[in-house]
Amino acid sequence: MSVRLRGRPDAGTVFIDTDSAPRVLHCGESLLEARLPVGTRVVYPRPPIAPVSDAHEAIREAIENPLGCDPLPAQLRPGMRVTIAMDDISLPLPPMERPDVRQTALEVLLPILAEAGVDDIHLLVANSLHRKMTESEMRRAVGDDIHREFYPDRYYCHDAEDPQGLVTIGTTPHGERLRLNRRASESDLLIYLNINLVPMDGGHKSVTVGLCDYESLRPHHEPQTILDSDSYMDPARSALSRKCERMGRLVDAALNVFHVETVLNNRMYPPELAFLAKNEDDFDDRDRLKLRAARLALDRLPWSARRAFFQRLPAPYGLIGCWAGRTEPVHERTLARCFEQYAVAVEGQCDVLIAGVPYISPYNVNSILNPVLVQVMGPGYLFNLYRGRPLVRRGGVLILAHPCYDAFDTASHPSYVEFFHRLLPETRDAFELRERYEESFARDPRYVAAYRHGHAYHGAHPFFMWYWGENGRRHLGKIIVVGAENGYVPERLGWERAASLEEAIAMGRSHVGRSAEVTMLHLPPIVIADVA
Amino acid sequence: MIGALGPGAAFYDLDGTLVRTNLVHVLLFYARNDRGLLKSLQRTAVSVAGIPLFFAAERVSRQAFNEVFFRFFRGLTADRLRLLAEELWEQVLEPALRPEAAELIERSRAQGLRQVLVTGAFDLAVAPLVRELGFDDCGANRLDLADGRATGHLVPPVMAGAAKAGWIRAYAEREGLSLGSSYAYADSLSDLPMLSVVGRPTAVNPDAGLRRVAREQGWPVLWLS
Repeated sequence: MSVRLRGRPDAGTVFIDTDSAPRVLHCGESLLEARLPVGTRVVYPRPPIAPVSDAHEAIREAIENPLGCDPLPAQLRPGMRVTIAMDDISLPLPPMERPDVRQTALEVLLPILAEAGVDDIHLLVANSLHRKMTESEMRRAVGDDIHREFYPDRYYCHDAEDPQGLVTIGTTPHGERLRLNRRASESDLLIYLNINLVPMDGGHKSVTVGLCDYESLRPHHEPQTILDSDSYMDPARSALSRKCERMGRLVDAALNVFHVETVLNNRMYPPELAFLAKNEDDFDDRDRLKLRAARLALDRLPWSARRAFFQRLPAPYGLIGCWAGRTEPVHERTLARCFEQYAVAVEGQCDVLIAGVPYISPYNVNSILNPVLVQVMGPGYLFNLYRGRPLVRRGGVLILAHPCYDAFDTASHPSYVEFFHRLLPETRDAFELRERYEESFARDPRYVAAYRHGHAYHGAHPFFMWYWGENGRRHLGKIIVVGAENGYVPERLGWERAASLEEAIAMGRSHVGRSAEVTMLHLPPIVIADVA
Repeated sequence: MIGALGPGAAFYDLDGTLVRTNLVHVLLFYARNDRGLLKSLQRTAVSVAGIPLFFAAERVSRQAFNEVFFRFFRGLTADRLRLLAEELWEQVLEPALRPEAAELIERSRAQGLRQVLVTGAFDLAVAPLVRELGFDDCGANRLDLADGRATGHLVPPVMAGAAKAGWIRAYAEREGLSLGSSYAYADSLSDLPMLSVVGRPTAVNPDAGLRRVAREQGWPVLWLS
């Protein structure tokens, strides 16, 4: 059992002592074990909140007792046109065990609609500029029966490049024009089915981003908005959220939206890997054996097999809350519950922050975490997992663990290759990249065709991913990566490379001083650090 | 600097790329529509019998394929070839056009790119397609004619493999276009030179060989219907 060296630790944090066990870090599709220096603070996720006993019942209860509007059955009339939009493959992460919460919610919603005589129903995946889901992914999300009944004519993905399929909703007082999916906009009722995993999701972002076109994203998917967000995981201090809310008011004025938001707990590991969420000092013999076996097996497999191993392990998430009704009151409740699960109080900033980068991000489900996506995980999401103050101080050091392989899935991320290999050698300046290249990538006919007719992210998507790291890049003094299999990917990202975590910490200390406070963020599951 | 590149063009292969058909469909169409029932039956039978030969020749090289393949057009008149080209478009090529092809060309044109077809088919056969899809230019094979009849040979250079790349390079130079900002779309490993000569190559419904190259090179891959 580790001795708590520095005063009373916060719940969810431990301090490393001389007899502490090595800590386990994700490093892409492998696991690292590292002994951290004595005094290192390790921040752990909260334990999973117990799920509701009956998910169907919880969703039904929310729909029948909505916030800020009439119950759903009272809003229905025979012959009306209804569209049910839902989050795409990026949520939850990793994909959850069947039944997916989308299926559960639809099993509640569809009979209510049928009973009211509503038969003009379309199911719409709100994938925005993300890749369209494959048929098997779509089947998995809603279950075989619903898929059979609706796919493909009445269950399909949003197409942000279909000129006939979009309609202008209006322009905000700030000049931000919003265009949305025509079917959703021209429906008598738009039901949005959200899965809230992190606090930047949901609320007005669901419709205004999930169902919009490239031009409508540009006002907030840009570097200055990210710089003005402190952080984008904290909606109260996020310029991104504020802009989505402005656009959301246009939606509220023009459309009848009934929002259904669900919150999942953080039980993301299946039982055989559940030890990865534990404090290593609490490992029993079985946990240690499982860790050794997993490391041995993974280290001997090629990358593709390791990837397949992790991607075949769905998460046993449980529903811990559901609210329905008007977007804003619903989202307020959702956020509160979300923070209840994810927020961990942390006393003070650190000088050096360590985090392992896992194999998955919202943008590479069933695909490869390419170098640009590794970047969005580091100075992007991992840096932004805070409220109040960043977990690492200004000018501090972020140490990441990832192989940084130069691998791209050209079916999913065709424009990422050109972005990484042609643009980044020229400049890493997000404003310059936006100014000079973003629009040409967005209009590139190959990328438009790959997005529309294949399963590719939109041509402009790697730019957004680069902007996502802008506040982290500006804030941090140095980013060091451990476990990189080559030197040029880290170099191109503007990072330094270390052979081991010990060396990375030494490099970090030489940058911020020998008395540096070192903190490790032990994730996944996700932690939002409430930094006092 | 990428931003300093001049205007470019989009170069498209035809068979297997923009249309689902290939040269053999064109040959069979002309054979089926030869003058008189007997001639038509005879030419169709000969053409069908020649299909294994085409496959064998293509395994040797695209050049060998062309030499064998275009012999089957020997004796057809230029007028007949031209006349039947309109029906070829309506009955064979247009129905086989990939539904996304016209949109790809349209978006490409909207980007200010010159639209150019580069094909191993012969010019008379693809003239209606060039017109209907609004191509600005076309680099195609030309049948050698003597006394108004096809001799069964092509006028050199034969448009295949590296010759397509050479044609594109010469075209770009003549027209003052930047190859670095140009696009090429093709489906077959035999079109690798054509794809390699431009800055923005794209594999469309690629064969196994091209798929492997595209994966290694990080080229975009389009799967059109």
